[in-house]
Amino acid sequence: MSYFAIAHDSVASPIPLREILPWAIFGGLLFLLAMYFVGVEEGAMAIFNGMYVHEFVHDGRHLLGFPCH
Amino acid sequence: MGQLLMRGMLAGLLAALLAFSFAKVYGEPQVDRAITFEEHQHSHSGNAEEPELVSREVQASIGLFTGVVVFGTALGGLFALAYAFVGGRLVHFPPRTTAILIAVLGFLAVYIVPYLKYPANPPAVGDPDTITYRTQLFFGMIAFSIAAMAIAISAGRQFADKLGGWNAILAGGAIYVVLTALAAYMLPPINEVPKTFPADLLWNFRVVSFGIQGILWIGIGLVFGLLTDRALGRKAHLS
Repeated sequence: MSYFAIAHDSVASPIPLREILPWAIFGGLLFLLAMYFVGVEEGAMAIFNGMYVHEFVHDGRHLLGFPCH
Repeated sequence: MGQLLMRGMLAGLLAALLAFSFAKVYGEPQVDRAITFEEHQHSHSGNAEEPELVSREVQASIGLFTGVVVFGTALGGLFALAYAFVGGRLVHFPPRTTAILIAVLGFLAVYIVPYLKYPANPPAVGDPDTITYRTQLFFGMIAFSIAAMAIAISAGRQFADKLGGWNAILAGGAIYVVLTALAAYMLPPINEVPKTFPADLLWNFRVVSFGIQGILWIGIGLVFGLLTDRALGRKAHLS
């Protein structure tokens, strides 16, 4: 991959995959769940009954580009 | 790794504050116009008005703020995970270059290309009965676009030894364009825009949506790159 390389002191060595994996699983799930509540909850799918979450984040959901209503 | 994740979420939060201001100033007037259209339509068709569970004021202030900030912070976190995986492994650029590269390619694959097929819609556009179908297609297109990007990047890396860096990037780009163009051709179209819906409103709304996501992605890329560059510089300085 030398053709992509730029000589620079601050290029870090890669973080080992073993170290990334637990963070990726727990963090990834948490972040996707947060996005789910903003983007999808009480629309196509619902964990809670009612429409409160949907109505509360309504404008953000539309403006961020998620299908709504 | 924990630090990297915190940095990503901080970058996401800062970008989200900027995106919220943009959404508030440029987006809310469009949402209000669309809701006025929606109410006008309801009153003509004789349907009862929907009961207001959350007031418009709350939706347009704390609601919008919460939505954009939660989404932006989570996006920043996912960005940090992508950076941890890519940095020093797939690319050997310095932090700021790596971060902006991930931001631009991520914005393209996760938002722009899926949006070209299934763009953002204001209130009053969209049939409530098809929400599940539309949501599936929306996320299907995003998943396909991300997969196409992954294929294009790994193919580009394979080509690089034979074709050289420039041509390998062109080849990878061509693969991504062809794959996503095929997907967009094969997936069913969605058009649920009411016949009398103002065209300028639809256009403005979609431009604002693009702007909000652009501020989030590019903002995260720039802030995350800056913070990581500083952190590495500090470490090098200390050692």
